[in-house]
Amino acid sequence: MRFSSVLLAFLTVLSLISTNARAQEPKTATREILVAAAADLKFALDEMIGEFQKEHPYAKVSVTYGSSGNLFSQIDNGAPFDLFLSADIDFPKKLIERKKAAADSLFPYAVGQLVVWVSKDSPVDVQKLEMHALLDPSIHKIAIANPEHAPYGRAAVAAMKNLGVYDQVADKLVLGENIAQAAQFVESQAADIGLIALSLAVSPKMQAAGRYWEVPLDTCPRLDQAGVILSATKQPELARQFREMIIGPQGRETLRRHGFIMPR
Amino acid sequence: MDWVAIGLTLRLAGCTALALLFIGLPISYWLATTHWRGRIFVEAIVALPLVLPPTVLGFYVLVAFGSRSALGQAVAMLTGHLLPFSFGGLVVASVMYSLPFAVQPFTVAFRSLDPTLLDVARTFGATRLQIFRHVAVPMSWHGILAGIVLSFAHTLGEFGVVLMVGGSIPGVTRTLSISIYDQVQSLNYAAAAANSLFLLVVSFAILSIVYLLQRHFRIA
Repeated sequence: MRFSSVLLAFLTVLSLISTNARAQEPKTATREILVAAAADLKFALDEMIGEFQKEHPYAKVSVTYGSSGNLFSQIDNGAPFDLFLSADIDFPKKLIERKKAAADSLFPYAVGQLVVWVSKDSPVDVQKLEMHALLDPSIHKIAIANPEHAPYGRAAVAAMKNLGVYDQVADKLVLGENIAQAAQFVESQAADIGLIALSLAVSPKMQAAGRYWEVPLDTCPRLDQAGVILSATKQPELARQFREMIIGPQGRETLRRHGFIMPR
Repeated sequence: MDWVAIGLTLRLAGCTALALLFIGLPISYWLATTHWRGRIFVEAIVALPLVLPPTVLGFYVLVAFGSRSALGQAVAMLTGHLLPFSFGGLVVASVMYSLPFAVQPFTVAFRSLDPTLLDVARTFGATRLQIFRHVAVPMSWHGILAGIVLSFAHTLGEFGVVLMVGGSIPGVTRTLSISIYDQVQSLNYAAAAANSLFLLVVSFAILSIVYLLQRHFRIA
């Protein structure tokens, strides 16, 4: 019967796919933690994870990058993360208030630096014009992170207001879901200029593709970045070890090299 | 190439298509054979994912199965974890999201059956279930196959719902489409290009098979 042969053959293939694809996943290490990290940490954290896994061969650290606000709401809704590295200190504090993280696990690990970034093909001299580069007639689209849930977006809006350009450029803003997407908008020249994280601007690809001006720290609320270990973690020991590495000498050195300022 | 994400995506599409076969067939057969006037509302509900933004479905899944809802708590008690941000959660969301891609071809196939054949079976004393199993389903197999293949392909390309309820956890909820999104944000264009090409080729192949099947059996 044609029906049974073709349809059942197809169903067999489907069932094989549904069950067998499991085998393609990497063999789970004996212990694994899942980190929710602010998007500005992308390059620094990838490097730290590599180092950490070298020192702890039986540990595996998986990471999901996003805007701190989005990650916060996912954790608040029960997402199974072990460690949260925010781009500010308010979201981790809110998790402590809501009993999703232990109060004594809060740790500041870096201070973020905002920069104004243009592609090297841009005629705008951002180092000379500083924040007023945004007013240049060649600028049509300005990429920032979404201030509703990304700390870098909030800092960008505050800095623009503080330096008196916000009202003139408000209708030129394009919002990335997080700071990495804002950086991608301007790196791909879909936007003409962007307010992004120094940690992304110094990544090899962006370093080669553009130039930037560092926004003075006193023009916007300080991006005090802090983390927490989440109460729901099943690997508190491993999460603590990874936290120790981030705030230890090796982590501080890595973060500094990737454009972060050290707290205190 | 992100093989972990590819394996996960295939597994999600496979589970979704399989679940839709068992959920979709009874719904479609009922839709195709009932004379109840209210069926148009059921048809409208089934078709909703075609027009609703995935964010709406994702939002409702988060609300209905999140940690604050009784339903969410019940699922967490039974399975040990919440439905959102888990593979099971993606399957539930994908089944809802791909429902019309299975039910509509199934229904069309059942409706195009020659009613006299079903009458003959009934005259010989076959029950409704027997007619469904031994007459309707075997004779509609090309439509059923098309529905399964389409819902499989549609799940491969799912993005918005997974973004809303998945949380991009590697090996658990980071499907290929989410992985591409993350890779673009990391300026890793080479990986994004390889994975995009993979999805393009696979989707093209699957759709070609669907149209090949359709042409072959229309002529036959």
